[in-house]
Amino acid sequence: MTTQVPGDALVSLNAVNKHYGQLHVLKDINLNVRKGEVVVVIGPSGSGKSTLCRAINRLETIDDGVIKIDGKELPAEGKELAKLRADVGMVFQSFNLFAHKTILENVTLGPIKVKGISKAEADKDAMALLERVGVGHQAPKLPAQLSGGQQQRVAIARALAMKPKVMLFDEPTSALDPEMINEVLDVMIQLAKEGMTMIVVTHEMGFARKAADRVVFMADGQIVEDATPEEFFTNPKSSRAKDFLSKLLTH
Amino acid sequence: MDVIIENLPAYVDGFLRTLFLSVVSGIFALIFGTLLAAARVSPVAALRGFSMTYVEIVRNTPLTIAFFFAAVVLPRLGVTFQQFEVAAIIALSAYTSAFIAEAVRSGVNSVPVGQAEAARSIGMKFSQVLSLIILPQALRTVVPPMINILIALVKNSSVAGAFYVMELFGYGRQLANANGDAVLWVLVGVAFFYLLITVPLGYLANVVERKVAISR
Repeated sequence: MTTQVPGDALVSLNAVNKHYGQLHVLKDINLNVRKGEVVVVIGPSGSGKSTLCRAINRLETIDDGVIKIDGKELPAEGKELAKLRADVGMVFQSFNLFAHKTILENVTLGPIKVKGISKAEADKDAMALLERVGVGHQAPKLPAQLSGGQQQRVAIARALAMKPKVMLFDEPTSALDPEMINEVLDVMIQLAKEGMTMIVVTHEMGFARKAADRVVFMADGQIVEDATPEEFFTNPKSSRAKDFLSKLLTH
Repeated sequence: MDVIIENLPAYVDGFLRTLFLSVVSGIFALIFGTLLAAARVSPVAALRGFSMTYVEIVRNTPLTIAFFFAAVVLPRLGVTFQQFEVAAIIALSAYTSAFIAEAVRSGVNSVPVGQAEAARSIGMKFSQVLSLIILPQALRTVVPPMINILIALVKNSSVAGAFYVMELFGYGRQLANANGDAVLWVLVGVAFFYLLITVPLGYLANVVERKVAISR
């Protein structure tokens, strides 16, 4: 689906390791994501997939290895890190909208305070984004007045407002009621079609089939398989993946 | 009862001075206390250490020591004041800020960690995360304990009366000495004027708390 030459990675992880005390949560992770690619990370809970996602914008530190965004290594902290994070959109499982700000302010805060864009322009862009994710009429409300699905779509708009190079989704639908999952997935599928580079940690196999260019299967802190959705779902190679998929399909 | 009415000008003067000490010290304490709390959660170890040491020492020593320090020790170090009010304000602000700092810190801890993560992930610096996202939410949750601290500050300001500041308690002592037969009423008068400040503060707490509450 992408016409980029290999090695032209927007996000690259090279021999990344992380421990929580004794627990080795990321074991020698190597992963390259090219521009415009949609990579879905799946695996049983505790497999390290969320940690992997959070490490990419350094919400989790790593013990060793190299993570690069657009060829630049992640700075350890300070202004440089903040600058780089502005280029990496993040969507959380628990939405994390700023509880004391309106929906509109949630989306404009980053552009105004981080990018220094004028309020008028930021408002205009934010309204366009909110319309795009279907919650434009909720702009003056506070986050708690919205449903989970609406909040998560606002969270996506908030991340998009920074015009990120890549979007990270950390189980974006896991905290949602079943009937709200699709409204969020629809927005994500649309985003994928528009060519956004995405790394999505999810349990939604339907999304993986529909929108992913690649499926990365993780178990016990390792990347066990890295294949196209077609390959992975019809013909998984590892017994670990076969086991995981069989458990999903029996219910 | 007559003793109160006869000495009303003295009471009013004392009341206004108590109010002045409380308001000025309250403002300084809120500012300094919030800065101390910010230092306590900052990524700079030296700031965290300073804040923690300050709060632990000041919070765990009597207010009288703060007053002695401001009124006796500071002048010996070359910091002199024309009026004892200044020393009183320094002592009260320094003392109260330690309690404010602890209240604000508990508020900061009550803000879900995801709020800070979301703010960091859109590229905010630490100072922005704190001032735009964490503190506005933290301060709202600590309105009731904060008002308690300010009520305590109003009452604590009476210690200034022992350091030649003619606030309510200072006048109260003077009046009690001059009216040995009406000490009870002198003190009732003093208590009344303290209540005039502290009771409304308590009501204010309820109103403000309801107004600024954030639903999650």
